[in-house]
Amino acid sequence: MTTRKRAELRVLASDTAPTDANLVADFTPDLIDVGAHHLCPGCGEPPAVRAVMDAIALLGLAQKCVAVFGIGCSTAFSNNLDVEVLQALHGRAPSVATGVSRMHPGHAVFTIQGDGDMANEGLQEVLHAAARGENIVCVMLNNGVFGETGGHLTVTTTIGQRTKNTLEGRDAAKHGNPMRIAELLAQIDGVGYVARGAVNDAGNVARTKRMMVDAFTAQQAGLGLSFVEILTMCPTGWFIPTDEAPEYLAKTIAGTHAVGVLRSELPGAKA
Amino acid sequence: MTGQLSHTDQPSRLTEGSEVVANAVVAAGCRFFAGYPMTPFTELLEHLADALPDVGGVCINAESELEAVGMVWGAAAAGARAATGSTGQGLSLMQESIAEAAMAGIGFVVFNMARGQGDYFQCTRGGGHGDYRTPVLAPSGPAEVAELVAEAFDLADRWRNPVVVHGDYYLAHTWVDAPEPGEPTPPRPAPHWTLDGSSGGSGGAKLVSPLGTTKQRDGVGYDLSLHYEQCAERRREMTAGITPRAEVVGVEGAELLVAAYGTMARYAEAARQHLATLGHKIGLVRPITLWPFPTDQVATAVGSAAPGATVVVYENNAGQMIDDVRLSVLGAAPVVGLNSFRTDSSAFGIAPEVTVENLVASLLEMLP
Repeated sequence: MTTRKRAELRVLASDTAPTDANLVADFTPDLIDVGAHHLCPGCGEPPAVRAVMDAIALLGLAQKCVAVFGIGCSTAFSNNLDVEVLQALHGRAPSVATGVSRMHPGHAVFTIQGDGDMANEGLQEVLHAAARGENIVCVMLNNGVFGETGGHLTVTTTIGQRTKNTLEGRDAAKHGNPMRIAELLAQIDGVGYVARGAVNDAGNVARTKRMMVDAFTAQQAGLGLSFVEILTMCPTGWFIPTDEAPEYLAKTIAGTHAVGVLRSELPGAKA
Repeated sequence: MTGQLSHTDQPSRLTEGSEVVANAVVAAGCRFFAGYPMTPFTELLEHLADALPDVGGVCINAESELEAVGMVWGAAAAGARAATGSTGQGLSLMQESIAEAAMAGIGFVVFNMARGQGDYFQCTRGGGHGDYRTPVLAPSGPAEVAELVAEAFDLADRWRNPVVVHGDYYLAHTWVDAPEPGEPTPPRPAPHWTLDGSSGGSGGAKLVSPLGTTKQRDGVGYDLSLHYEQCAERRREMTAGITPRAEVVGVEGAELLVAAYGTMARYAEAARQHLATLGHKIGLVRPITLWPFPTDQVATAVGSAAPGATVVVYENNAGQMIDDVRLSVLGAAPVVGLNSFRTDSSAFGIAPEVTVENLVASLLEMLP
């Protein structure tokens, strides 16, 4: 592993950016209150949350959506959005969203959870909500670790991935196998759309935003539960330099959790 | 407190206690219910699955108690009068959400159709974590259900806090002559703080959260120190704002006082009446709100009874409410428990030894 100094990165950025460009920290995306966040440098969750909010803004759903947040690093955004937010407990977002959605049918009710929240603590919730055909959008930000506690094993941690409780890397014989959550959801009758995106480069961010648009479009068409898993960088929890995280995601995480559309009931969809 | 429903012009029919409760839930304007089957709560879920869709409501047979209370969390925050329930065992699974709903300011009603009275501590102390309380109402029988269920929903709305209605096997499964339900009460308008999406994009979109409601745009973000302080203040206001209720009968000059709640209080009242025919003065104090506990009513009853009269706490457990009675009496009278009744093999809360005859015999032995 190589390390690059922070100053060197700054030089690179200023060399390539147009002179009239805004700093990222000064830019406030649609429906996000404050552009600056309190997560670690290099975190993949801010661009992932932005992709979700961009899709809502694009589809004109801001006044008819309710976001339900889980507990984890992404909770940093539950008090920083300009859409209505209901904070849920760890693992419980899909059932909470079910209650909201049943009271406001047709609204774009969606959940944002990490992999520890959705797949460890409350996996049955999203599976049951999918099978019930709840007309909600469920988003799982997957970085393969419990980021908020400092980088611990989750059920999506890939083989060989180092975490605080698999210091030599995840070993199937010792720590079990990773679960592929999008694949699990895709085979349930009652889902309208299932995809896995990533935010490790501009192309994947753009693709993920399109997935979010399709997920909300399917939800608004009443096709059942839409599920989008978004692979996000966690250099802190992966114990690697910040700038190596996008490549680590592509080579390690996405090797097990492949990016793509797994199922779509949208008219004309090929997946 | 005879357990008979008052007769009105409304037509009546033989009705299971659970259906009396379900009718009260609909009549109170509740339009969302989610639950997971468990004896003796199951029939309440069944009756609501039948009744709620007819009035435009929703009843979900949740896949677990965790999901049931999650759904109710969402429906209540979305503006509905909502409720869930189980027996104490199922409610143990829900405690995290009940505790945090109190911190989030989300009010709903929780029915504990308990197996006996072993859940007194769970109901009144809260089985969850953190610094919270839940008001608890304990009907003694079907006759009191409509009033107390309506009050439970009112309290949940007013204090934005979960409220427990504590029943049992006898309440759930005893069939009584009850009025047919009338026209359903329309749901009340959604409270101002609840979510419908409409404030999105306004620059001040609403937030409902157990972590507080201060947003990053206010330059604050979540401030748990401030939030928990505000929760504690709201709890103090709730405690002071709810008038504790009890039924107090025949305590003036009583030779013996009996304290009992729920079904056990009906046995106690029958025994009191029987002993009165034998010339014995037995007083009864029946807490209706188990929290806040009717401390003053218990203390006043002790003051009205014959000097030195013993307080007998008659409950179907190993002694739980007796703690609250002792805290009310503060040593002014002897307090003894009459409890630990053997249940039948189902352990659903049926105690064959709980009979008026046995209670009369026990009280006769305790009389001075």
